[in-house]
Amino acid sequence: MKLLINGKQVTVDVPDDTPLLWVIREEVGLTGTKFGCGKALCGACTVHVDGKPKRSCVTAVSSVQDKPITTIEGLEATDGTLHPVQAAWVEENVPQCGFCQSGQIMAAVALLAKKGKTVTDEDIDAAMSGNICRCGTYPRIRKAIKRAANAMEEPK
Amino acid sequence: MKTSNGSFLGTLGLVPVLVLVGIGFVSAEDSKSQMPEKTQASNLTNNTNGTTNLAPQKAPTVDAKSGAAAFVNIAQVLQHPRCMNCHPTGDRPLQTDESRPHAMNISRKSEAAGLECSACHATQNSDEIGIVGGPPGAPNWHLPPEDTPMIFEGLTPTQLCEQLKRPKDTGGKDLAALLEHVSHDALVLWGWNPGGDRTKPPLSHEQFVAAFQTWVDSGGACP
Ligand code: FES
Ligand code: FES
Repeated sequence: MKLLINGKQVTVDVPDDTPLLWVIREEVGLTGTKFGCGKALCGACTVHVDGKPKRSCVTAVSSVQDKPITTIEGLEATDGTLHPVQAAWVEENVPQCGFCQSGQIMAAVALLAKKGKTVTDEDIDAAMSGNICRCGTYPRIRKAIKRAANAMEEPK
Repeated sequence: MKTSNGSFLGTLGLVPVLVLVGIGFVSAEDSKSQMPEKTQASNLTNNTNGTTNLAPQKAPTVDAKSGAAAFVNIAQVLQHPRCMNCHPTGDRPLQTDESRPHAMNISRKSEAAGLECSACHATQNSDEIGIVGGPPGAPNWHLPPEDTPMIFEGLTPTQLCEQLKRPKDTGGKDLAALLEHVSHDALVLWGWNPGGDRTKPPLSHEQFVAAFQTWVDSGGACP
């Protein structure tokens, strides 16, 4: 089966119903995406498929063949420049243990792709409440989203 | 639209999820926005109060009493949690047989902010890929659009019936298009094959479609 992950085509030999998360971590070796609950309850495993957030733990790999998949490793530019959301995370020193953070960042990138500079607290509540942080970094996540919004261009 | 099931929350424990969400971003109020989807209008006429109504597609072949009686049965299906949970009064989908507001502050605002239902609800129930207690799924899991929310919750059978006949509420679907929708749409069909221990509507799908056909053949007679 062929997958397009972070702009690169990879071929994997797995059963069709294998969760995408397993493939990303175990077959492709991209371990930035985390396994939390395995049941679409925590958001730790969030990646983008076709630019939209997906809980990779409940996504059958066969359903995303030939669709562009982006993981946390694919956010930065090819020259290593961090995505504005990643840069804002660094500036605001968001993570504590860090386990939830790649999912949080992927969710925030999708939110800002929709809302850009217009993002409100209500938008953040609506888009981010399914991403759980055991360390309670929510206030810093909120600040970082707003910082990134200010640094980003308007969505087209 | 979407229906999260009893087993999903029951097995995994809704309480921990809500507690965690409660210390996070959630403010658990209903919101008022949504998501678009368009269908074609047909057979539209304007009535005296300025709203647009459907003209009958053909002369009724079933008497009004039988059509209205069929609709009472149709309403029981539409207001069963498997159907009604995705046709709520507010912007938040409902879940479980208790039709509770969806956990995680999910609403039409979530989709507007980039989090679509399909982020978690795949095209099949998650237990079909070995994820026990994960979310239910079917193709095109979604809420009705904001401008035609097709509310099933809290209406009388008469109100429900009248709503289904107002194209401004159905996105232009006429009775024939509604019959087609309830007969073949994969998300509708999921209601009769919901997996896990989710309850099913009170009529079989065959009985439901037959009742719907009777109602359509009556020209949409309301109870
Ligand atoms: S690991 Fe996928 S949502 Fe928790
Ligand atoms: S930083 Fe520890 S779970 Fe979020």
